[in-house]
Amino acid sequence: MDRRTVSDRRAASGSGPLAGRALVPGAAEGAVLYSSEPLSFWGGYDAETGEIIDRRHPLVGRIGAGRILAIPATRGSSTTTAVLLEAIRRGTAPAAFLTRGPDTFLALAAIVAAQLYARSPPVVALSSADFEKVEEIHRARVDSAGAIIPI
Amino acid sequence: MTDIHLRDRDLALLQGDAGEGTRLAMSILARMADVAGARELLDITAAHIDSSLYQGPATLEFAERLAEGGARVRVPTTLNVSGVDEHGWREWDVSESWAEPARRQMEAYEAMGCEPTWTCAPYQTQPRPGVGEQVAWGESSAIVFANSVLGARTERYPDLLDICCAVTGRAPAAGLHLTGNRAGQVLVDLSGVPRRLAEEPALYPVLGHWTGLRVEGRIPVLDGLRARPGEDDLKALGAAMASSGAVGLFHWVSLTPEAPDLDAAFQGRGPATRLRPGPAALRAARDELGSGLSDADGLDLVVLGSPHFSLSEFAGLARLVEGRRRHPGVRVLITTGRAVRALAREAGYLDAIERFGGELTVDTCILTTPMLPESIRRLMTNSAKYAWYTPGLLDRAVAFGSLADCVDSAVAGRVTRDDGAWTAEP
Repeated sequence: MDRRTVSDRRAASGSGPLAGRALVPGAAEGAVLYSSEPLSFWGGYDAETGEIIDRRHPLVGRIGAGRILAIPATRGSSTTTAVLLEAIRRGTAPAAFLTRGPDTFLALAAIVAAQLYARSPPVVALSSADFEKVEEIHRARVDSAGAIIPI
Repeated sequence: MTDIHLRDRDLALLQGDAGEGTRLAMSILARMADVAGARELLDITAAHIDSSLYQGPATLEFAERLAEGGARVRVPTTLNVSGVDEHGWREWDVSESWAEPARRQMEAYEAMGCEPTWTCAPYQTQPRPGVGEQVAWGESSAIVFANSVLGARTERYPDLLDICCAVTGRAPAAGLHLTGNRAGQVLVDLSGVPRRLAEEPALYPVLGHWTGLRVEGRIPVLDGLRARPGEDDLKALGAAMASSGAVGLFHWVSLTPEAPDLDAAFQGRGPATRLRPGPAALRAARDELGSGLSDADGLDLVVLGSPHFSLSEFAGLARLVEGRRRHPGVRVLITTGRAVRALAREAGYLDAIERFGGELTVDTCILTTPMLPESIRRLMTNSAKYAWYTPGLLDRAVAFGSLADCVDSAVAGRVTRDDGAWTAEP
């Protein structure tokens, strides 16, 4: 069961901008895909289609491409970065990442993509309290200072 | 990057004095040091590279950008599995269009001066880093082994960053490199595990799976089991934890070099959280490792060796299969490294395994090269790592069992598991 469909029904009104730390700064806008469950991109994200494919993950079957993906962290595999770099190259990566505390794996893929392809999704680290608030946000804009603005 | 202190030689690399490839590596490393909150870089003595895995044109492009830019490793560096069994890929379903770029990526890493070890378990045959030695290792299962069993110090280096450390000889002074970040956080009290289950080798991958799900990125301290795990057990335990969780270090009290006792494991701070798995929880975790296959269902493949099968595992398998023959409908595949295959051949273990009908693949594994034909839909394994990743990466059904279960199932042609150890009373 995807948490988003539940929280989609709740209004995002009342939630102001959240201030995060931009590990990789950038601007993005899109629908928010939220889960409280960590995700490995290796075995969890299809770089060809942008689909979340980890059958044990609540977001399985959802398309991450172009979304603002909010996950607390990545899981174990060292290859998450390689899968994400390939997704960025193909244009199937999420538009931005929001995490609970800094996630170095997502940041690395974005930093290498900036070098190789001159484009990278912003990666923003939030406090635990702010990360939980993202569940209530349906659509957002991320600015280069790391602010998450619900729209 | 305002807060990072770079030495003159780091700055020289950053300015391109050692060529464009090394400049690119140092620029990524310095940027990542900032992300990790490091104030400086530290020297490393060795590296193990997971970036060798071919994941599409992007990983090849990255490797060739470094290699063609003249980047060369500055410390002894081993290579993890690749995207293709360099000499044996034609025996399986790997396409030329995958094998060609995957081979090119292998060549790029060899051109940078890495040892062509092509294994996720370099500690089985290569010189091991010593206690307290600062290294930069990739491959989640190898990282947790280096930190927890060898007592070396490595952060969890992802693909693309491990090679940047190797070609600069430097790493961010952060994370698991620093003593204060290596204290245990969660006590996993194993005194509730029945003796019979404690003596079952399949306990370790299952326990690792169960623990990784619960601790996520925290450092577990395991204590109180009525048995002493060997290296193969600790390999399986760590690989499972590093799949279901983001574990880079566990302390097994009295085995992990820096954890001679509980107090040392927690650096005197004591656990923030306590867990105490009992037989029912572990049995449920064992069943959770399977996906889409039940007991008595038919099978197409038994696959062993994630992380790569060790020489002692080959010895155990040879004993189990002696005088037996697999069911004609079930292929039996063991994934291992080149060096271990040679040792197993020399020791005579492969004779019994080949008579049984077993096949070997080296350099890679079923998760990292598209080798399985479409006709293979139902897998069984004793590896928690294979079981965890098979549904998502391979879109196939999988059953988990002990090594003995896997052999019995290969003979029977269907999933056969001995539940004895899992239903034992304390």
